[in-house]
This record gives sequence, C-alpha cells and structure tokens, in this order.
Amino acid sequence: MKNYKGQSLSWELRDGVVEVALHREPCNEIGSLTLEELERFVGALQDLEKDAHALILHSTLKSGFCAGADLRELYQRTQEMDQADAAKGVRHFLERIHRVMNVLDAAPLTTIAAVHGVTFGGGFELALVCDLIIADKMARFCFPELRLGLIPGFGGIPRLKRDLGNGVVRDLLLTGRSFNATKAQQVGLVSQVVGEGKALRVARATAAQLKKFDRRTAIAAKQFIKPIPYEELQREIDIFCELFTQPAVEAGLKKFVESTNAQPYLP
Amino acid sequence: MDMRNSDQTLEEILNLAATQFKVPREKLTPDDDFFKTLGIDSLQALDLLTRLEHHFNVELPDYELQGVSDFRTLAGRIQARL
Repeated sequence: MKNYKGQSLSWELRDGVVEVALHREPCNEIGSLTLEELERFVGALQDLEKDAHALILHSTLKSGFCAGADLRELYQRTQEMDQADAAKGVRHFLERIHRVMNVLDAAPLTTIAAVHGVTFGGGFELALVCDLIIADKMARFCFPELRLGLIPGFGGIPRLKRDLGNGVVRDLLLTGRSFNATKAQQVGLVSQVVGEGKALRVARATAAQLKKFDRRTAIAAKQFIKPIPYEELQREIDIFCELFTQPAVEAGLKKFVESTNAQPYLP
Repeated sequence: MDMRNSDQTLEEILNLAATQFKVPREKLTPDDDFFKTLGIDSLQALDLLTRLEHHFNVELPDYELQGVSDFRTLAGRIQARL
C-alpha cells in the first residue's frame, strides 16, 4: 500500500521518500488506535522499501510531534480490569509497540524524525528510533515518566543510552526535566535545529541528498553504526511491568487524568 | 555576565508574552496569573518556556517553575539564572 489515510496517521510515498504524518488530536498520544495504525504501517513497509531510500516521520498538529502514551486510555482500561489483567494488558501493549519500534529502528532506509513542539515520553522514543532528528527550534524533549512512578517503556532508555552519554541520559530520566532543541543539539541528540515551521522542509531536503548515495552502502553503514540493543529493550519492558503494579502508578495516572489544573504537562 | 536587572527582565517577559499570545501589553501586570490572563494551557506554557529560554539564552528546568503562575515570580526565577 503506497498511500494510506488513517485516523491517527497517514503515509504516502513520493520521490522515493515515505512520509508518515501523525495527526491525532490533541498531540498524537499513542494509544491502541495509533498502535494499530503503526502496526499497519510497519506491515506495509516491506513493500514501500522497494521504491524508497528514506522515511520521514512528522506531525501535522500545531501542538507538537507527539506527547507520548495515551495516559487517559491507559488509566481507563486499567480501571476496567483487575490488577493482574491490567499488568498483562500493559505487557502485551509494550511488546507490540517494541516490535513496531524495532522494525522502524532497523528499517533499510535512512529515517528522519522532523519534530516540533512537544516531543515527550513515547513521542521522544518514536523520534529516537530514527537515524536523524531534525528539530524545529520550538521542539522540547522530555521523559516525564518518573512523575508517574514509571520509566519510559517504548525503548527510550536503551536507545538514548546508545546515542548519548550516560550523564545526559540520567539528567533527562532522573530529573524529568525537558530540553529545548538547542540543548538537544548540544548533547548530540539532534542533527539540525531549524526555524519555526521548517523541520519538514529541511527533512525533505535532507532526504533528497540521501538519494545520491548507493542504497546498499547506506544500509551497511547504518547496520554498522546503529546496533539495536535488544537485550536492554527486553529488560526495559520487564522493569516497566514490575513498576506498573506499584500503587504510586495508579495514583499518578489518576492525578494526571483527573487534573483540572492547566498544567498536566508541567511538573 | 548578563547586565539586566529584575525590572528589565520582568518587562521583557511581559512584552514577549503579549506579543506571542496576542494580548495587549497594557492588559498584563506583573502579578497576573499568566495561565488565566493569557488563556493558555500546559502545552502553550511549554511554548512560552522555550521562547523565554531562547530570549534570555538560559536553561529553565521545568522543576524550577513548579507552582509558578505569575509573571513576577517567573521573572525572579529567570533573573536567578542570568
């Protein structure tokens, strides 16, 4: 399927570039619907790869690239079942999203995340599977999971550790603070910082440059430089699931979901 | 070293907020709750935070802004980092 228009994301193949657009209000929260459409996309990728050399992941929403997991859906679903079933459901969801992330991470294309605004939690993890991150100057990156009594669960820590120094990873993870794009570039996370509204255009220009190179060479280079930390990724799922049964998590989710405060995305 | 004083910092924040959120500058006062006066939510507050970091060329960790909702206190937190 060369083109697809779904409820949470769409994709199209043009000039050898697969463009995946996220467009689920309010900020591309990743719940079961987005996961299903991501699975549909990775299912179609094998066919798309034949005619493509690059993939661009971006958001069409003003609010940002992606605010992470759909915490409202997670809270509602866990309220509908007992703790053991909720924990099983969470593990199943994580295993599915990890499969998606691993396919994207290893895709035999050069992958670019063109991000702006909120790039938090699972959204940050989605950007981290890409080979390059091109950030609008207004992008912000954050792992807020510790506020909920959790760790990132979509592969964030192993992939961040793969790409950055451990001190930066600890700063992001343990303080839960957010970085702007300039800081993210300083620490080596972002390859280019561009003006407001320019990330997709620059990503397209970068993708056009990539077309000049022999594809087999580009794939070999990527496989050499970007190993996938499968063991740590599995360990992350296990730790997340252990933590998920702690009472602090339900309390944290409840606080987030029921907040009438204007600041649910702030500490 | 940045030579701004607290009053200048506060004034620049008020000007930036007025421009960004299209509110007449004269309607903003230092002790306003900026969530209410600007009519912004947490995502827009992050946008403001990023613009302030760029404008003042400082890092503003989110946790330093915990519970801050008025311009004067915000200016004090920024001033402490200049």
